[in-house]
Amino acid sequence: MTMNLETAAHPETLRRVAIEPVSRVEGHGKVTLLLDDDDRIHQVRLHIVEFRGFEKFIQGRPYWEVPVMVQRLCGICPVSHHLAASKALDQIVGAKNLTPTAEKLRRLMHYGQILQSHALHFFHLSSPDLLFGFDSDVARRNIVGVAQAYPEVAKQGVLLRKYGQEVIRLTAGKRVHGTGSVPGGVNKNLSREERDLLLADIYQIIAWSREAVALARKLYEQSPALYDDFGRFDAHSLSLIRADGALDLYHGGLRARRKDGSTVFDHVNYDHYWEHIFEEVKPWSYMKFPYLRELGPEDGWYRVGPLTRVTQCDFIPTPFADHERRDFLAYGGGSAAGATLGTHWARMIEMLHSAEAIKELLHDDDLLGDDLVVTGERQERGVGMIEAPRGTLIHHYRVDDDDVVARCNLIVSTTHNNQAMNESIRAVARKYLDGRKLTEGLLNHIEVAIRAFDPCLSCATHALGKMPLIVELVDAEGRQVDSLSSGSL
Amino acid sequence: MQKAPAPTLIIGIGNPSRGDDALGPLAIERLEALALPGVELLTDFQLQVEYALDLAGRQRVIFIDATVSGPEPFDFVPVTAAEDASYSSHALTPAAVLHACRKLSDEAPAAEVLAIRGYGFELGEGLSPRAVANLHEAMAFLEATLGAGPAWPGPDPQPETPSTVYPSPVGEGGEAG
Repeated sequence: MTMNLETAAHPETLRRVAIEPVSRVEGHGKVTLLLDDDDRIHQVRLHIVEFRGFEKFIQGRPYWEVPVMVQRLCGICPVSHHLAASKALDQIVGAKNLTPTAEKLRRLMHYGQILQSHALHFFHLSSPDLLFGFDSDVARRNIVGVAQAYPEVAKQGVLLRKYGQEVIRLTAGKRVHGTGSVPGGVNKNLSREERDLLLADIYQIIAWSREAVALARKLYEQSPALYDDFGRFDAHSLSLIRADGALDLYHGGLRARRKDGSTVFDHVNYDHYWEHIFEEVKPWSYMKFPYLRELGPEDGWYRVGPLTRVTQCDFIPTPFADHERRDFLAYGGGSAAGATLGTHWARMIEMLHSAEAIKELLHDDDLLGDDLVVTGERQERGVGMIEAPRGTLIHHYRVDDDDVVARCNLIVSTTHNNQAMNESIRAVARKYLDGRKLTEGLLNHIEVAIRAFDPCLSCATHALGKMPLIVELVDAEGRQVDSLSSGSL
Repeated sequence: MQKAPAPTLIIGIGNPSRGDDALGPLAIERLEALALPGVELLTDFQLQVEYALDLAGRQRVIFIDATVSGPEPFDFVPVTAAEDASYSSHALTPAAVLHACRKLSDEAPAAEVLAIRGYGFELGEGLSPRAVANLHEAMAFLEATLGAGPAWPGPDPQPETPSTVYPSPVGEGGEAG
C-alpha cells in the first residue's frame, strides 16, 4: 500500500472505484479509490468541483448588488456570503467602524446562521450515522429514521434550525435572499416586537443546545476508541481570533498554529491575507489547495472549522459554551480535540455559544437604534473575512471607478479544508477499506469522514430529478464491473 | 403569537440565478400578484427539514419546482409521504418533507408537485425560451386549479440579463487587488 495514498505508482494496473453523488445539475463531490486485485488500496482522492463560475458571476455587477447576489452562491449558508461580502464592501465605501447598531445586528444575523446551520448538520446530516452506526441499515440513516427512534432529538433539531431561520428573517428582512446587510452597515434595525418575539424562545433554545452538546459528548464517550481514531490526522490550523484571544465568529485577526500547537502567526490583519495564504493547483483536482506560505506547499496545508476554532481560541466569551470547551479539551487527555469526529462535539459547543450570544444581543438596546450606515473615503479594494459555519470564508473585491466589480476572489471553507478532507479519507481507507471487499457500509465510512467537515457541494440548486448516490467499480480498462446505490429519490 | 396557518401552502423551489431553476420562484412571484385568499406562498433554494413545520396544519400543499426530465410543458402529480434515504444531500424531496411532517406532527397534508420542465441550469444564466413557454402553460393550469383569476398579470418573464463580465479574473491565488 502506498502510504500517502495521493498518487499511485502504477494506476494503469489498478481497479478504480468512484463514489459519486450524481446530481442533475452539477457533479460536485466524488471520491475515487484505486485498488489492486487483492483489494489493497493504492490511491484515494476527493474531487470537488470548485466554484470558479461564482467569481465570474459576481464580476461586472455594481458593488452594492453584491451582498444580495452572493447569497445565490449557496442555499445552505447564504448569510455567510451576505456578511463576508458586506464586510469587504465596508472597506470599499470607507466604513472603517460600523455603528454599534449595525455591527450588533450583523452579529445577531450571523449567530442565527451558525445556530441553524450547525443544527441542520448535526441533527439532519450526521446524527443518523452517529446514532445508528456507520454500517446500519441505509434506510434508517436519515432524519426520518432519527424521528422514529429518537423523536425528541429530531424535534429539537428541527426547532433549533427554525429558530435560527427566524433570527435571519428578522435581521435580514426575509427568510431567504435577505437584504439586511449593506455596504457600510445595515438597512433595518430590530423593532421592539421583533426583539421580544425572539426573546420569548431563546432560553429554551439555550437549554436544547446544552442538551445537544451533552448528546454529542455522550456519543463520543460511548465509543472512545472509534471516535478518537476515525479519520484522524494531524494538521496545522487557521481561524479568526478576537484581540483578547476569544472565539469570535464574526471578526478578528488571523491565528495559525502548527501541528504541535506552536504559533505560525497571530492576530494578523486579514486585509493582506495573500501574504500568508497561497492557493496551489494540482492537476487531478478542480479545487485548489491553499497552504500557509510560512510553511510551504508541501507541509503548509491546514484545517479550518469548528474543531480548529474551539481548540485554538483562548476562551469562549459565553459561560456555558466555555465550560463545555474546557471539558472538551480535557477529555481523554486532549484526544477529542484532534479527532475528526470530535468536530461534531465542537460544532455543538459553537451552537451553544451562538445561542448564548443571541441571548446577550437581544438584551442590548443598541439593536433598536436608528444609526444604521456609515461611509468614508471610497477605496478600490476590499477584503471581508468571517468564520462561516464550516470555517473561514474570504471575499475579496476590486471595484473600478464606475462602481462595478472588476475582480473578485472567494476562498470558501471547503477549499481551505481540501487537503484536510483528503487526509481524513485516506486515514479511513487505510484502516477500514484496505484489503477488504467493499460494501455500502464500508464506503459509507468514507462519507462519514467527509460529513464531519460538512463540505459545501455547491448546493445552490436542487430541482427534481436528482439521482441517488451511485458507486461504480470500474476495471483498468474502464469497464463497469459492479455498482452500488446508497439512496433513492 | 400562534395563529392558524392558511389552508393552502404553495412552495416554489429553486435558485433565481441558475437558469431554469428559477421556474419555482418565478411561479411564486406571479402568484403573489394574485393575492389569493387562504393561500400562503413561500420560496427557497431547496427544501429543508424545517419546512415540515410549515406543512403542519394545512389542508393542501403544492410544491412548484423545475425538473430536468419528465413531460413537457409540466406535470402535476400527487405526492405522498415517503422515506428518503438521500440523507447525504443538503436538500430534501417533497415526499421526505411530508414524511418528516408526519413524524413530527402525526399527520401530513394532501400535497401535489407541479414539476415544470427546464433545460439549462448554469449559474448566471437566464430563463430559457422553452422554459418561459412551459411556465406560461403551467401557470394557466394552476390558475384554473386554484379557481383564481389570471395567474399571468404581466408580460412573459424575460431572461435575467447578466451584467457585463470583465475579462480578467483574479490571479490564481496571489495578490488579487
